[in-house]
Amino acid sequence: MSTFLSQIANGLVLGSLIALIALGYTMVYGIITLINFAHGEIFMVGAYGGLATLTYILPTAVATTWYFALPIALVAGALVAMLVAVAMERFAYRPLRNAPRLAPLITALGVSVALQEAMRVFYPGATAALPFPNLFIEGAVVIPIGDGVVIRYTGILLIVVSLVLAFGLERFVERTRLGRAMRATSQDRDVARLMGIDPDRVIVLTFAIGGALAGVAGVLYGSYLRNVNIDMGFQNGIFAFTAAVLGGIGNIRGAVVGGLVIGLVKALGGQYLPGGTAYDYVWIFVVLIVVLVFRPQGFFGESERVRA
Amino acid sequence: MSRTRKVATTAALLAGVLALSACGTNRAESPSGGGGSCDTSKGTLVVGFIAPLSGSLSALGLGMKNSTDLAVNQANQACKVPGYRLALQAEDDQSTAQIAGQAATKLSSDPNVVGVIGTLNSSTAQTTAPILAQKKIVQISPANTNPSLTQGDNYATAPSRPNATYFRTATTDAIQGPFAAQFLVQKQGKKAIAVIDDGKTYGAGLAAQFAAEAKKLGATIVAQEKVGEKDTDFSGVIAKVRPANPDAVYYGGEYPVAGPLSKQLADAGLNIPLMGGDGIVDKTYTQLGGREGDFATNVGAPPEQLASAKAFIDAYNAAGYKEPYSAYGALTYDAANVLIDGVSKTVGNGTFSDASRAGLISAVQATNIQGTTGAISFDQFGDTTNKVLTVYQVKGGTFTPLETGSYKAS
Repeated sequence: MSTFLSQIANGLVLGSLIALIALGYTMVYGIITLINFAHGEIFMVGAYGGLATLTYILPTAVATTWYFALPIALVAGALVAMLVAVAMERFAYRPLRNAPRLAPLITALGVSVALQEAMRVFYPGATAALPFPNLFIEGAVVIPIGDGVVIRYTGILLIVVSLVLAFGLERFVERTRLGRAMRATSQDRDVARLMGIDPDRVIVLTFAIGGALAGVAGVLYGSYLRNVNIDMGFQNGIFAFTAAVLGGIGNIRGAVVGGLVIGLVKALGGQYLPGGTAYDYVWIFVVLIVVLVFRPQGFFGESERVRA
Repeated sequence: MSRTRKVATTAALLAGVLALSACGTNRAESPSGGGGSCDTSKGTLVVGFIAPLSGSLSALGLGMKNSTDLAVNQANQACKVPGYRLALQAEDDQSTAQIAGQAATKLSSDPNVVGVIGTLNSSTAQTTAPILAQKKIVQISPANTNPSLTQGDNYATAPSRPNATYFRTATTDAIQGPFAAQFLVQKQGKKAIAVIDDGKTYGAGLAAQFAAEAKKLGATIVAQEKVGEKDTDFSGVIAKVRPANPDAVYYGGEYPVAGPLSKQLADAGLNIPLMGGDGIVDKTYTQLGGREGDFATNVGAPPEQLASAKAFIDAYNAAGYKEPYSAYGALTYDAANVLIDGVSKTVGNGTFSDASRAGLISAVQATNIQGTTGAISFDQFGDTTNKVLTVYQVKGGTFTPLETGSYKAS
């Protein structure tokens, strides 16, 4: 029983991290129907942005006191990731706005490689994994069931921050003027323009929000796992993309549910399914395939309507 | 004694300067014939090198590259190969078998390549060894420890050598794994051990060898799990082994996974030591989360404690390389010297051509020189006859030698 609950906890922590990244995938797809494969790299850049702030900018006394370091690193990571995401939109995707859909997709792969290599070459020591400090209370909650269920404080922080941000984002999109502009742009860019919405501004805003969320995820990831490397965006980006598709790409609630499902499948599949942890990735994609066979639009996605 | 050392240091310094001045191409061209006074009228022979020079294992690879460079420069200084100048050509394999294969193909298409030093990973050597064997190019690895490279896939029951061109100065996991088990079970009294590996040639082989010997010695293997070499979150594996109450974890793999794994074990409340093989012995292990009290075995005796390694360490430091020589520096230096010694014997006063390659293979096979890590010779499989290993423990943030011994089958 305690093992089962431990794996549920592990799954929720990983799942909420993936959900946070998946939000960026799903929003960008919702607005410009682009699968932004470089989004995983934005997550990685955010983590390094937070790390650079802690290592090179903050005085040691501040960087080692968690209640100062945590908010500063989160904001710094979010800002760096946001800037890179906006620059990426401006210089890589906007010139291709009216190009065939394959062109921005290939560009996204190129941007992904470019960001990874730029980090490897220019960030000191990034050729190998770099240690990342813990930015929250050390230690763990031990729930006394069976052998004890251990959940680290940093893990709880990750779950809470992810859910709060996802909830906030949904409120923003549903309730504010800018959110309405985003929805309008995603439904029909030309009509939105006729209604006085500047689609370029809305698209930049989408990239900025997605980037900031990925940056926060990057810093939390570093703090939870205590090290970062330039490959981290690739694997987690693939999971996040899968989560977005699973939940119904373009749908915010879907991205969160998709992320949590992936986290839980990985944790429980590694524990109980044949092959153990060596095959836990396999189960994630098995679930993806099974869901797509029966519900091609994902959990929350609307089925494609044929436009007249 | 002190005078010869002075000469050696000066030579090494000079060599270092020459190496530095040759930056820019990956073939280190020493100007005006390297040794200056040596006759290099017959041209240049190339010592190939393949190891990860970027990526998470680059700390080890760069130390290996510098050590090879040092040996090549010293050979040029000493006019080791009459009539020829030696040049190092280092290729980056990024720890990836496919890229290592491309590097091997590239090197093997150059008729001036006499041999290849490397690789670091056993998995990359599985690709390079057959490619180089086809062109009869000697490969000497200072770091591959998987037994199948020299003794074939059925090394436990029917060993047979797959490639006559492949040699290594590192001890195999068939010795390292059991050596670690004897230490952990008999000396540390661990009875319930969880074994985790990364599923690669090196890690899985080492873990299997360890587990077999530990069982034989009466310990229980309470769990056997696999992780991915690019994984960073091990909470799933840890939650899985935790209920079995292990008193130690043995990990087959390298430090980029082992460090964080050790940290996350403690985070989950498992304050038990992690033990690994030569792949986790690097200073970044503790930076990435390796804890005080963790154990590791490494091939050979610690160079810092060997009188024979003193000259190497002094020369390395004097040459002013940017990166430390790391876990495999001394063995790499030995491997390079074995190759150079073989070339020197094969060429003699003649010239080197494709026809000399068979002779070079026999010359390397018959090696009997005093290296920095002890006497070097090879058995019929191309394995080193030196079976000395050392157990290290993390103390004060670094791996500190605990005990050195020669492996004896139990």
